Amino acid sequence: MPSARLAIIGVVNKGQFWWMSSQGTTKEAREARRAVLIRINMCGKSPKRLEHFPVRIIVCIKQVPDTGEAQLDAVTGTLKREGIETVVNPFDMFAIEEGIRLKERYGGRVTVMSMGPPKAEEALREALALGCDEAFLLSDKALTGADTLATAYTLACGIVKLRSYDVIICGLKTTDGDTGQVGPELAEELDVPHFCYVRKIIEIKDNLATVEVSLDDVYLEVETPLTCLLTVTKETNLPRLPSFKRKLEARRMPVTTWNAEDLQGDMSRFGLSGSPTRVVKIQPPLRRLAGEMIAGDAETQARILVERLSERKLV
Amino acid sequence: MATIRFCQGRLLGAEEERQVDVSDYRGVLIFGEQQNGQIAPVVYELLGKGRELADKLDEDLAVAVLGQNIEAQAEELVHYGADNVYVYDDPILANPRDDPYSQILTDLVKEVRPSVFLVGATPVGRSLAPTIANKLRTGLTADCTGLEVDSDGNLVQTRPAYGGNIMATIVCLRNRPQMATVRYKVMTKAEKNQSRRGTVIVKKVKDKLLDRSKIKKISGESKEISIAEAQVIVAGGKGLGNPEGFRLLKEFADSLGGVIGASRAVVDEGWIPYKYQVGLSGKTVRPKLYFACGISGTVQHLAGMQTADVIVAINKDPEAPIFSVADYGIVGDLYEIIPKITKLLRNRTLKR
Repeated sequence: MPSARLAIIGVVNKGQFWWMSSQGTTKEAREARRAVLIRINMCGKSPKRLEHFPVRIIVCIKQVPDTGEAQLDAVTGTLKREGIETVVNPFDMFAIEEGIRLKERYGGRVTVMSMGPPKAEEALREALALGCDEAFLLSDKALTGADTLATAYTLACGIVKLRSYDVIICGLKTTDGDTGQVGPELAEELDVPHFCYVRKIIEIKDNLATVEVSLDDVYLEVETPLTCLLTVTKETNLPRLPSFKRKLEARRMPVTTWNAEDLQGDMSRFGLSGSPTRVVKIQPPLRRLAGEMIAGDAETQARILVERLSERKLV
Repeated sequence: MATIRFCQGRLLGAEEERQVDVSDYRGVLIFGEQQNGQIAPVVYELLGKGRELADKLDEDLAVAVLGQNIEAQAEELVHYGADNVYVYDDPILANPRDDPYSQILTDLVKEVRPSVFLVGATPVGRSLAPTIANKLRTGLTADCTGLEVDSDGNLVQTRPAYGGNIMATIVCLRNRPQMATVRYKVMTKAEKNQSRRGTVIVKKVKDKLLDRSKIKKISGESKEISIAEAQVIVAGGKGLGNPEGFRLLKEFADSLGGVIGASRAVVDEGWIPYKYQVGLSGKTVRPKLYFACGISGTVQHLAGMQTADVIVAINKDPEAPIFSVADYGIVGDLYEIIPKITKLLRNRTLKR
């Protein structure tokens, strides 16, 4: 008998359906999970039809340097990485929180996935400590140097390997690359609909997700079939802090690492070789020059400023 | 919902040609985004930049406009420098949505084979462009603030990264089109020239478009001027001390015919909504006059307002980095100084 633990199914109050499934990633464990899902499906067709069903959620995160003050090495012209702390990309904290909240609302399971160096396991453990259920790290030398296209492809391979899911949640963008492109590119790679700038997940029901999207001043209430990908803004929620107990638990939880070969993709689409764009130069931004400091007491400062501005016909 | 969805994606689908013959691709294409039936302001900036790039390449500039009852406006774009205007007019395109828009634009790119394809870095563009780039399996550079062509005709793209701490130069040599989203209020607008001639090509919208999502409700369209459009901005930061400080700034801004803005710090604090945020993670602004009140001036803030014509900084801390970019710096208490400025301006108006 495989080592997969079998699932416990139970109905908790108010029709909320809770379930637990096996944790492993072996073929047997996955089969067990699928068996559980089928059971739930059958329950859904019973006379006492339940309102909500478990949602299978994937949250994609990135570990980034913790810095508002990235420094360039004057000699090599590359980014200084030594001695810089790393954190979970701040925008991804909202994605993790939203994933956990969906699980709390509908029941389900939150899988967190990241592509990065072995060190990115720390970021995944932080997500586990916050309440995610399982973690996957896509890590390999062959995956390095990826631009947004190759990153999206790599994550897509990882997600396809997981096989089944309802909602994929990403942060709006990362604080290092700052592109906001991986989310929508990943959706396209998976051939699922997506929405960016989601500020509220209104409901997930009957194979549909209803969300509110914020486009500057305009808010759209939109509906999309599942599976879908959503990138969430920081208006979405206020991320929780991990509990001490959960933090200790997260240390012992498994983080599964997949290398390029495990991903079973087209090797030429990974990493640098799968990246159409190249960064050819980085440099500090141009700065405008400081002008005049206006001295004196408040009265004088105000008077001189108004004079200067009216000389330039600005007021 | 608990039906099991096995998603294969397109990963193992038919492999399309990835390496392209670069010389096959010519010209510059622009996405002519419309919002509520009006051509978006960023499009005129793309036309300005696009014309410049097309002239350097000695190739054509084209713009694609998708919408409903949009043809008349689309034709106007010829006067702003477009050689070809592709128009798709259909009720399904009334509001920008990724599914129909990305398919139409992907098909158009495959047909006209532009070397460069520019999209405004608006909320619509930031979602649409990656979708198209992925369909075309080409490179996309986000939020560009500089675009040039090199001697080989490649697009040289410059963009801020790491919160504005560095500028990265990015190229896409082997794939076409070279796609970029372009930050609003960074490029110079195209001038209108009535005598310019161009071709308007009305395209048919395919019957069978994949269309998975739907818009159920649109709300909150505000009549207020967006900070991106404002000529005068009075922005406040942590130095205000409390959210009520924005009342003083609002009064001040009103007296100047301007609007208020804010730093990320106070938006994060919840003092003021996100739409007022100036900076890399908020909006880039390019007003004639920018007041930074109680804003220290982080790189990410500076990256969003440095192109203002005139910057005035008021801050208690003489060491605040904002003073290094200010045309006029005042070290002092904004609660003392701003009412005095307001009074002086009012008296002056009365005298006139």
